[in-house]
Amino acid sequence: MNPFSSGTRLRDMIRAIRACKTAAEERAVVRKECAAIRAAISENDPDYRHRNLAKLMFIHMLGYPTHFGQMECLKLIASAGFPEKRIGYLGLMLLLDERQEVLMLVTNSLKQDLNHSNQYIVGLALCALGNICSAEMARDLAPEVERLLQTRDPNIKKKAALCSIRIIRKVPDLAENFMGPASSLLKEKHHGVLIAGVQLCTDLCKASTIALEYLRKNCTEGLVRILRDVSNSPYAPEYDIAGITDPFLHIRVLRLMRMLGQGDADSSEYMNDILAQVATKTESNKNAGNAILYECVETIMGIEATSGLRVLAINILGRFLSNRDNNIRYVALNMLMKAVTVDSQAVQRHRTTILECVKDSDASIRKRALELVFLLVNDTNVKSLTKELIDHLEVSDQEFKGDLTAKICSIVEKFSQEKLWYIDQMCKVLSLAGNHVKDDVWHALIVMISNAPDLQGYAVRSLYKAFRTSNEQESLVRVTVWCIGEYGEMLVNNVGVLEMEEPMTVTESDAVDVVEVALQHHSSDITTRAMSLVALLKLSSRFPPTSERIREIVMQHKGNVELELQQRSLEFNSIIQRHPNIKSSLVERMPVLDESAYIGKRAGSSQATLSADKSSQTTSSGPSSLKLPNGVTKPPAAPLMDLLDLSSDDAPVSTSSTTDFLHDLLGGDSISPGVAPSGGAGTDILMDLLSIGSPSAPTDVLVPNAISSKQGNAPEPKIAPAPVMDLLDGLPSREENPVYPSITAFESSTLKITFSFTKQPGNLQATVIQATFTNLSSSAYTDFIFQAAVPKKALAMRIRMAYKVNDQDKLEQGQINNFPRGL
Amino acid sequence: MIHFVILISRQGKVRLTKWYSPYSQKERTKVIRELSGMILTRGPKLCNFVEWKGYKVVYRRYASLYFCMCIDADDNELEILEIIHHFVEILDRYFGSVCELDLIFNFHKAYYILDEILIAGELQESSKKTVARLIAAQDSLVETAKEQASSISNMIAQATK
Repeated sequence: MNPFSSGTRLRDMIRAIRACKTAAEERAVVRKECAAIRAAISENDPDYRHRNLAKLMFIHMLGYPTHFGQMECLKLIASAGFPEKRIGYLGLMLLLDERQEVLMLVTNSLKQDLNHSNQYIVGLALCALGNICSAEMARDLAPEVERLLQTRDPNIKKKAALCSIRIIRKVPDLAENFMGPASSLLKEKHHGVLIAGVQLCTDLCKASTIALEYLRKNCTEGLVRILRDVSNSPYAPEYDIAGITDPFLHIRVLRLMRMLGQGDADSSEYMNDILAQVATKTESNKNAGNAILYECVETIMGIEATSGLRVLAINILGRFLSNRDNNIRYVALNMLMKAVTVDSQAVQRHRTTILECVKDSDASIRKRALELVFLLVNDTNVKSLTKELIDHLEVSDQEFKGDLTAKICSIVEKFSQEKLWYIDQMCKVLSLAGNHVKDDVWHALIVMISNAPDLQGYAVRSLYKAFRTSNEQESLVRVTVWCIGEYGEMLVNNVGVLEMEEPMTVTESDAVDVVEVALQHHSSDITTRAMSLVALLKLSSRFPPTSERIREIVMQHKGNVELELQQRSLEFNSIIQRHPNIKSSLVERMPVLDESAYIGKRAGSSQATLSADKSSQTTSSGPSSLKLPNGVTKPPAAPLMDLLDLSSDDAPVSTSSTTDFLHDLLGGDSISPGVAPSGGAGTDILMDLLSIGSPSAPTDVLVPNAISSKQGNAPEPKIAPAPVMDLLDGLPSREENPVYPSITAFESSTLKITFSFTKQPGNLQATVIQATFTNLSSSAYTDFIFQAAVPKKALAMRIRMAYKVNDQDKLEQGQINNFPRGL
Repeated sequence: MIHFVILISRQGKVRLTKWYSPYSQKERTKVIRELSGMILTRGPKLCNFVEWKGYKVVYRRYASLYFCMCIDADDNELEILEIIHHFVEILDRYFGSVCELDLIFNFHKAYYILDEILIAGELQESSKKTVARLIAAQDSLVETAKEQASSISNMIAQATK
């Protein structure tokens, strides 16, 4: 007994490993075997090398490291005998990959074996080369392989052809060397050689246009003949699959024909007849036949086919669509998506079947069908298609609802010439799947409603009705609450009733009920509640009798854990109670939201990381939505610091980010750290809305923490500090924030401003500044506006404050240079 | 082209893997884990194609084994189903009603067979008879070599007795 053999045969080792009950047991057995193998390797023992490598391969498949065995492969390959070489090459292919340097050492052995007298050894070498050679090895050994393409043995020929494919993929420059030999392969009779040869030609076409033209010129005729022969061939048991002779050859030839016929009318014409024959003659009751038909349809679609042929192809796809086999339907949908660009009309005819597929039980099919439906939507069929999709939305799976909703919203928006229809569809979608609707979608809806004064009454009434039935859908609640706030009196007074509307009576109290429900509902998130509070404020102005009730509702949140809500509650209460004279102007109807500006902002969304919302709202940088996993709200980066390029926040992916300015106008908060437009555009819009009689602002102005007397927002006579949520947040998991000393940014006899700084853990390049403004006089300040500008490089800030006191305008400005170093 | 072939059991054990595109050892483990998760959990009525990372993975279950092949997005999935079946039938003929155990104890032979069917991720031979013949010829070469080796050692053993 050889002392270096572990004593076990391969079979026994496998049995022993399989008998292990635990992972630890298995590890022990493997360790023992590996130790014995290592010992044998270090003694360079040739006797059991073969068996040891087999064992190593098995161990490798279990997932254990086996790199110590790599050299053994080389030694076995270098041995003289066939069995050693066979297992050596197998080990090589299994244990190594092309990126490893060790592989280069095999090049010499390979070269010798490629010239071996034993054909099977040549085969082994070609196989290994074809499976894992690197580009260098490919270059080195290409001449040998080229030579082998000309041998007589079909086994070697076909292996050499496939090996050449790999060589060309690794070294495309060599493609032209193989053109000639490849085209002669097509004259062979042996199916294996033909299949390999056809595949080689296909890859040559991909690698080089010269090769493509050469092959097109010289091989088109031969190809058509091959396909005709195999298609017409009588029963050949060796190649028969489901009654068809060599479907693989059919398919490969069809694919090469596609490459040669693409963009070339002459060759396409030449192929016409045989394609028609294959398309009509092939039986489609078994997968093999369908595979051929599929390839045939792809080819017809890919070349310059006659229209008759195209119709034939699409009909085949239509039949596929109604096949009970899921695979066939999937493949058909795939193909139809490509066919839409070629002949949309023909595909439209199958619309009904495609719609059926949207409701299929197979998720892959549903997805494909939905994408295809989306491509088929046009002005004529959009209404019926949308209806079908929305009907299905009701019953669809949860995972599918997201995709389906997104697609419906895209369709509706794209084809929304009729605003009434748009509103109707969106109401339905929001009711059925509001939770899946993305923010920019319902923002767009609000923009649209704001631009359609004659439909506002209808909109608010429809939303009201929808809310009564589905108040669990967050987006629906938000849109409803906003509309009721804005257009409450239209709801109650039945303004602008359209013909088809059913009469409905809604009292002021009913309207307030709705908003109250939205506010109190357990599933409403912070944004919704914040919006509800704003809406209530508006209603208290529009419906004076409800004012006291509203005030009471609002006051319920004066102690809310969420700072944003607490703040609004207190401030609004203050407005209702103590400032009735300005209340109505505060909550006047919103100006029409500029659609083009909105769309422009949507388009240019990704860049800036500034949040404009801080500017338009006093109760600015509020916490974002609760969708964060640990419930911690994330304060947006301080706008000022961003301008100084300190923030490297990525533009947030959330779609709401683009419309933050809009979001703020709606009184909502952004879900992500706000994204603002770069400098000019955004602030211009804000300036318009602010309609402030202030002198023109410097271009880099941002208006954080501004108080405004603008319509629609919840302003405040007293400036509120930007809340810093992470400090107030009680969650213990928060790490320590680095702390910087506060500074007195500005001080005059009448006004003092202090800044305090915090950074979020994990985001040390963004700083949140909490600004505290203190009125040092004994009179009240109103219409307070704070503007700041920052230079690109230095850590400084110019600020300007404008406000009204005792009915006089006052302006103060200053420069802040004392930011803490290292901020 | 076929980028890789994986055979996994119902319990997620890997029985055979062949890689025709460059994947490091780490990447291979990751791929196997991901795909096992995706494929083993699919219901029986669903189609045999899974979209994964811009590729398609075609799979079919035979008894306790899943045969999976990863192809490019523009390849013919139905053809790959046929190639899988081609492979299975050849295995079946070779082992005589092949079962998972055959592939476990004779994994190297399964690899030899696969190497006669695919090279460089492309089909090599459409005739099952030809593949069987080639394998048989090589097997007999191995047998002959073994016999020679054992007869030599017999001679030596005799001579040195």
